[in-house]
Amino acid sequence: MTETDLCLGGERLVLDAGGAVLWPARKLMAVADLHLEKGSAAAAKGSLLPPWDSAATLDRLAQLLRRHRPEVTVLLGDSFHDRAGASRLGVAERERLGLMARATRLVWVLGNHDPDAPVGLPGEAVAEFELGGLVFRHQAQPGATEEISGHFHPKARIPTRGATVVRPCFVADPRRLILPALGAYTGGLDVQDRAIAALFPRGGRVFLLGQGRLFGFPYQGWAARDPLPAGQSALKL
Amino acid sequence: MVGTLPEPFAGWFARRGWVPRAHQLDVLAAARDGASVLLTAPTGGGKTLAGFLPSLVDLHEARESKSPWPGLHTLYVSPLKALAADIARNLMAPVEEMGLSISIDTRTGDTSTAKRKQQKEAPPNILLTTPESLAVLVSQPEAAVFFATLKAIVVDEVHALAGTKRGDQLALGMARLAVLAPGVRRIGLSATAAHPDALAAFVSDDGRGGGVRRVEVSGGAPPAIEVMLPEGRLPWAGHMGLASAPLVLERIRAAGMTIVFVNTRAQAELMFQELWKLNEETLPITIHHGSLEPDQRQKVERAMAAGALRAVVATSSLDLGIDWGGVDQVLQIGAPKGVSRLLQRVGRANHRMDEASRAILVPANRFEVLECEAAIQGVAEGELDGDAPRPGGLDVLAQHVLGVACAGPFLPEELYAEVRRASPYAELSRRDFRDVLEFVESGGYSLQAYQQFRKLFRDSEGRVQVMGERVARQHRMNIGTIVEEPMIKVRLAGRGGGTLGEVEEYFVNGLVEGDTFMFAGRLLRFLRLRETWIEVVEGGSGEPKVPAYAGGRMPLSTNLAARVRAMLNDPATWPSFPEPVQEWLRLQKSLSRLPGKQGLLVETFPRGDVHFLVAYCFEGRNAHQTLGMLLTRRMERMGFQPLGFVATDYVLATWSAQPPTDVARLFEEDMLGDDLEAWMAESSMLRRTFRNVAVIAGLIERHHPGQEKSRRQVTVNSDLIYNVLRKHQPDHVLLRATRADAAGGLTDLGRIAEFLKRIQRRIQHVRLARVSPLAVPVLLEIGRESVRSGEGDDALLAEAETLVAEAMGEVAPPGPSPRRPEPRRVPADRRQGRLSLR
Repeated sequence: MTETDLCLGGERLVLDAGGAVLWPARKLMAVADLHLEKGSAAAAKGSLLPPWDSAATLDRLAQLLRRHRPEVTVLLGDSFHDRAGASRLGVAERERLGLMARATRLVWVLGNHDPDAPVGLPGEAVAEFELGGLVFRHQAQPGATEEISGHFHPKARIPTRGATVVRPCFVADPRRLILPALGAYTGGLDVQDRAIAALFPRGGRVFLLGQGRLFGFPYQGWAARDPLPAGQSALKL
Repeated sequence: MVGTLPEPFAGWFARRGWVPRAHQLDVLAAARDGASVLLTAPTGGGKTLAGFLPSLVDLHEARESKSPWPGLHTLYVSPLKALAADIARNLMAPVEEMGLSISIDTRTGDTSTAKRKQQKEAPPNILLTTPESLAVLVSQPEAAVFFATLKAIVVDEVHALAGTKRGDQLALGMARLAVLAPGVRRIGLSATAAHPDALAAFVSDDGRGGGVRRVEVSGGAPPAIEVMLPEGRLPWAGHMGLASAPLVLERIRAAGMTIVFVNTRAQAELMFQELWKLNEETLPITIHHGSLEPDQRQKVERAMAAGALRAVVATSSLDLGIDWGGVDQVLQIGAPKGVSRLLQRVGRANHRMDEASRAILVPANRFEVLECEAAIQGVAEGELDGDAPRPGGLDVLAQHVLGVACAGPFLPEELYAEVRRASPYAELSRRDFRDVLEFVESGGYSLQAYQQFRKLFRDSEGRVQVMGERVARQHRMNIGTIVEEPMIKVRLAGRGGGTLGEVEEYFVNGLVEGDTFMFAGRLLRFLRLRETWIEVVEGGSGEPKVPAYAGGRMPLSTNLAARVRAMLNDPATWPSFPEPVQEWLRLQKSLSRLPGKQGLLVETFPRGDVHFLVAYCFEGRNAHQTLGMLLTRRMERMGFQPLGFVATDYVLATWSAQPPTDVARLFEEDMLGDDLEAWMAESSMLRRTFRNVAVIAGLIERHHPGQEKSRRQVTVNSDLIYNVLRKHQPDHVLLRATRADAAGGLTDLGRIAEFLKRIQRRIQHVRLARVSPLAVPVLLEIGRESVRSGEGDDALLAEAETLVAEAMGEVAPPGPSPRRPEPRRVPADRRQGRLSLR
């Protein structure tokens, strides 16, 4: 299962184990939550983390672009860790984005971390991006359909023999798809957390990222009918 | 000799009917000469008083002759907060009885802000503290004034500090104090230890042992140690020793107060539970271990001191420290793992030097019987063990460098010379110092990205200065070298449900609703995970899990291993063993061979579908785990299709689809070279080590001003940092520090190297038709050892995915006569404990 097919709003989508969703009919690729310059944001607060996180994240993006050669690339918001992130971006990273923009149409969907259009970078900035009946936005909206979003950095815990494996994952049901975060320094939120579970009242599936393939599991958004305010620890299988 | 003690001290001793001991007078004489002292003595030798006597005399004389001492005179540093408080109380008694006018106070992490302020304004004559609080004190701009009057440093339990990161921190702190208060003398108090030179170096002010007078208190009554076996069958395997619970209870009943020492927290929980199942008279028996709430631990400690308890089941949390008094006997359940550790524990009973401490060893299985006998021999011969202290951690140095800068500007050259006077850093290279300094200044990255976020800058005179008070404040909040595993609190559900303690997060990861587990001596049912705690209720049914704790087990010491090997090899010693053990060894001798004193015995035999290889290495669990990882990799390359391995303290066993041949080739010395780097870098052990290093060095903060609640959101996961750093700057100083840490500790590389060298051309390969008597225990361990999750595992996920899909009817299960599946390649980090013996 190198790639996994998915149907959303009658359209065939393909999930890539690198954390991207592809829409072959429109030659479109979407990724979420790059959080570029998170390292330098931490440095400004006193934690001098290794400064290569933007480079590492762009490596991932470049790999996906090389593999799929999309005509349109939608970045689903929180592409920068903070408002000033784009201005801190290094010269080399800036140039790489420029090269990418020559090969694909870059669409910056704005997120809560980066509510303004990135200054001095190629591509177009939009609050939401709509195409062929699908809507691409940063954060999923309750009740929305045919929606592709990011924001939550979903990860899932799968109890296996001997150990619980935790991985970033896609979460999907017939109405919506949430992408895992692409950023090198981005953590995750358990899919059992109410914030995610509430968006999937009838459950769905999670697809955990693996080495070159995805691992699919049924997902019961049972936190929605759980009276407890907080999420639970393990995925019910 | 009493004459050499001045009044009012001589009179005070006399009134109590005491005679000053020779070592107390020796220490006093050394102090009068301004010399530093390493005092080694068994417990109960009056060490603490010896350490303080010179200070009390000095302070008294100062008051008599001229004027009261103007500030801090003596700093006492102990590894335990509780010890500082206890010593303060004990010291007040003689001070008050002699009518001395000496102020004494404690300073630990628990000291209130108001009191700290008060201490800053009017320092006590004697301050009792911990390495962490000392580090905070020396990082303050007032440090120079505060410590200017310091005359003496007393370090308690030196043997427990030297060679640890807390010891590194303390040594650096003392080097700082030597600059702030030139001529300050030091007294190190220590139990008898295997490496006295290293301890003397630790105490010395040149870091190399120069000028330290050694005062040794030898003798004391030798401890009376015996072995107690469970009734009935002697267990083949297992480490819990629960079969002995009835006898343990009998011994508790027969004595006043007993400490039942066990080796792990899990074992403490189980033994406690087992004792209470039998405890029909409801004798007051309780439990004490490091992850219980501090409140609960203190409650236990107070009850012990008050004599209200008959027994406490304890882990190493009670190894050190306060003289509880009234402990009549010590029981050690499971093998003692080392002579020094056994002596430390035995010494907890009966803190009077001239009476024998009584201890009973309760082995949990056959190999442990041998180990217990070996330990008793070792004690009798006074053969101490323990590794020589390793060089100081660069992460601790980084924390210290920033601390020094927070107190005031420094010249790098001067600081380099200063830290080299701390024994753990005596051999510190210029390159390491420079890299540490660059790391603290701006991250030390090959990519110069953070010039605008520097923590330190150099002024026009070349002095290094801290970049403002914010950096300093942030640093002081993060001082310390004890890094906890991520912990989750355990709370009883419902209104007013109290917190019982904390368990490691990864244990919680394995729990699903309804699971039961044992904690704080109770059977609990898991309900749910909340933000930073889990909710549980008492009771429940089913097989309880027991929280396991990373690094909870000490490996068998080298000396003890050598003794066990020697005893195995020499049937003349066997009559001292119980009959089942003798029979077991006789059978081994006739059916296979006995492991030699020097070489390596390797047995191979088929069992079921697989082929076992059992190597009797006797190098301890940690070394065996590393060895198992390397061995299975090599077996894979040689085409034996290894399926898994299991390691005990004595033996390593692997199983494979093909019979392993050419065993000598498998154990060739180059084994350490080829796969080690690759495996280490990916192993979860190294990631965990990196996290600790990054936290201590200050790369990852534990506390950030004003962000206590959202810690989880603001921190970047250390694994992510590790991945990025390893890729872009593999020789970064923190990665070097990580590898240095990992080479000791959990991988025991030094021991493996020695071992491989020793066994070359001395490997005896015995091919057997079936399992040998000596191999039975390790085979029984398979499946019992739970293994910590690594960084995910695609093979496990794939298996779970298939199972779930089958269960949901999404795919058909395998047909009725499936082909035997190909042996699956299992990622190296997860191989252990894969096969269950059917």
